[in-house]
Amino acid sequence: MNDKIYRVILFIAALIVPIVCGGVIYALVTDAYDAFEYFGFFKFLSSSEWNYSEGAEQYGALPFITGTLMTTLLALIFCIPFSLPVALFVGEYFKGKRVAAILSTVVDLLAGIPSIIYGLWGFYTLRPLIMALNISPQGSGILTASLVLAIMIIPYASSLSAEFIKMVPNDLKEGAYSLGATRAEVVQKVVFPVAGAGIFSSYVLAIGRALGETMTVTMLIGNTNNIPDSITSTGNSMASIIANQFGEADGLRLSSLIAIGLILFLITAGINMVGKIMIKRARIV
Amino acid sequence: MIKKRLAKDKIIFWSICILAILTAVPLLAILGEVFFRGYDQLTWSFFTEPTPTAYKAMKAIEAGEPIPGGIANGIIGTILMLGMAAVVAIPMGILCGAFLAENSKNRFAQTVSYLTDLLQGTPSVIIGIITYVWVVVPMKGYSAIAGSVALCIMMMPLIIRSTEETLKILPASLKEAGLALGGNRARVMMKVQLPAAFGGIFTGVLLAISRVIGETAPLMFTALGCSLIRWSIDKPMSAVPLLIWEFFNDPNLQDLIWGASLFLLLFVLVLNITAKYIAKKWNQ
Amino acid sequence: MESITPILEFKKTCVSYTKQTMAVKYVSAAIEKNTITAIMGPSGCGKSTLLRAVNLMHNLYSNIRVEGEILLNSENILSMEPMDVRRKVGMVFQRPTPFPTMSIYDNVLAGFALNGIKLSKAEKDATVERCLKSVALWDEVKDVLNKKGTFLSGGQQQRLCIARALAMKPDVLLMDEPTSALDPIATKHIEELLLELQKEVTILIVTHNMGQAMRISSKSMFMYLGELVEYGDTATMFSNPIDERTMAYLTGKMG
Repeated sequence: MNDKIYRVILFIAALIVPIVCGGVIYALVTDAYDAFEYFGFFKFLSSSEWNYSEGAEQYGALPFITGTLMTTLLALIFCIPFSLPVALFVGEYFKGKRVAAILSTVVDLLAGIPSIIYGLWGFYTLRPLIMALNISPQGSGILTASLVLAIMIIPYASSLSAEFIKMVPNDLKEGAYSLGATRAEVVQKVVFPVAGAGIFSSYVLAIGRALGETMTVTMLIGNTNNIPDSITSTGNSMASIIANQFGEADGLRLSSLIAIGLILFLITAGINMVGKIMIKRARIV
Repeated sequence: MIKKRLAKDKIIFWSICILAILTAVPLLAILGEVFFRGYDQLTWSFFTEPTPTAYKAMKAIEAGEPIPGGIANGIIGTILMLGMAAVVAIPMGILCGAFLAENSKNRFAQTVSYLTDLLQGTPSVIIGIITYVWVVVPMKGYSAIAGSVALCIMMMPLIIRSTEETLKILPASLKEAGLALGGNRARVMMKVQLPAAFGGIFTGVLLAISRVIGETAPLMFTALGCSLIRWSIDKPMSAVPLLIWEFFNDPNLQDLIWGASLFLLLFVLVLNITAKYIAKKWNQ
Repeated sequence: MESITPILEFKKTCVSYTKQTMAVKYVSAAIEKNTITAIMGPSGCGKSTLLRAVNLMHNLYSNIRVEGEILLNSENILSMEPMDVRRKVGMVFQRPTPFPTMSIYDNVLAGFALNGIKLSKAEKDATVERCLKSVALWDEVKDVLNKKGTFLSGGQQQRLCIARALAMKPDVLLMDEPTSALDPIATKHIEELLLELQKEVTILIVTHNMGQAMRISSKSMFMYLGELVEYGDTATMFSNPIDERTMAYLTGKMG
């Protein structure tokens, strides 16, 4: 096999990626087109109606966009108090030690658990707990979904943050120690400022994960199609409405669901792109 | 003053330790719950018999007997669909990864690299939608083929990335030494670079499999599910995560949830730990 | 008496990384068959760059340009197929590069595998034995031929790499500081080996170590800032350098 054939084969193999991506966008756009055309693009985004009774069909994405943003934001808030300590534990306080390796393995395994099993656990363990604590009568809802989602994104946020924390040069830290700083002060004044951009970007990527998470949210969010009015109320995320209704939908409803898929795709693609660019920048610094 | 600072330092240290270790609790809680609720369901027939119909299950419940049947249809479906996906995704992923590693400065390769990230970050439910549009609609029906296409699309970016990254960290001298002996690029890749990168690529493949084996959403609109043991790939087919979803939704079949989950969880964890172990060995 | 045609000849050879900077500037020199030529000079003088040009290693990187001519047996290698050139010109790198997934046996035969040349079992055995004997490694490894090449010590690995290059029966062997990663004893073994090998092959060796150049080479080149400053008999150059930059380098007043 000569060099030319080899190059051509590799090139063809590489072409598959743009083809698939182009296909994803093409399929989403063409099949979402009906819904956008019928309701109008901005109307579709801003309408909170989701009615599929025949003759009175009316679809809007707002409840699900709200649901997705609420669950994601809450998950992020719940995740930080745990993922940041994990990152500091692994990347700074016990850097290179056995305990750090064990903890990071354990946290990585969290990322390996299939989302449907998280959903089961949330449904059979967390939901009764939330009912027992009288937080919400039905147990499922935005809050329940966010709590489980938070656990799911801890590994994504913490492992990348830990990488950046590990990269903080020793001489900077030694400089601060030599001036009499305590370890906590070194973390606060040296580690965070230096690794900050990287840590931030790892949370951006964790958000990207949370946005599209499907099964867990579907099993825990309560599946109602209105805009959630508090964190304990039920709702639907963009991914969960698709998971719930795609199988039975056709016509305009199917197109509307695909339109929601397109919006979700664009949001996650945007967030992931921002995260990747930030990581590249943070690596250079 | 100094005392106060040292006290603060201690408090921060201990809160970090406690919070970090608390993070391990969910893993243990989930493992524990799935294990204790599921282990007594893992009998021989659980692996050899297909899912019972809702009627049969109801009868058994009324009679106070354990639900008959198991998840054999799901296991076979998972193996079949994953196998078909892997047969395409592994060679394509490795070739594409090799392309990216060989041409890292080329504009087209940078675009491909960016698009690989895009694909990897795409929510699985969207992969389900587009496979439905591409495969299920033209074929006029749900099928195992559609399911494996969805899994293949999800596996590929992971394999591309691990191949690319492993090839890139190989010392450049290895490739140069191969070429210096007069080998062409293809032979140097096949005989020197890929064998040297085998550990990293294999780890990537295992992780890719463990990532997609538990995927439910993309299979819901593609393979659909089926309660029979089936080998025809143009018909709907079940998979273990799809069965868990079915059991979750069917009040009569709830007793099968935990056995199926335990099986899936053990499988995924073993794959993950093996992958980590190989990666560690290979790095030495 | 007929004049000897040089086996390798540089004719106004230039290597440039970008348009502005030239790493090697108009080098012209003729290398005689079965000699050892040492290329010396301070870091960054272009000596490795010149050496790598002979094996067309620069073809791998699109931003590097090689101009002028490099004649191997009177044929310009810059217009030849890289793979043919590399088969005739062996190369040994600074750090030993045994292929990590191959056994010692397979490492020696790697050149054949990489060129798609099939050998019979007997030919293979004979080649492995001949090459390992010629690098004085046979006695040490003949019982562990199936172990990975990376199990050997650094000096042994480097000899394995030389054996691997010799297996292709090259006309010229390029060595880029082959002993810089080795301890003094391993270095001494390699140097003795090279003196033996010059009967079979013409050697071009880049070295940082003046003692090494003096011990093994018959001809020496001194390069500075990409230029070939001086080229001649090693003994003459060391005792009586012509250019003052060579003098400064040899007396330790420069890099």
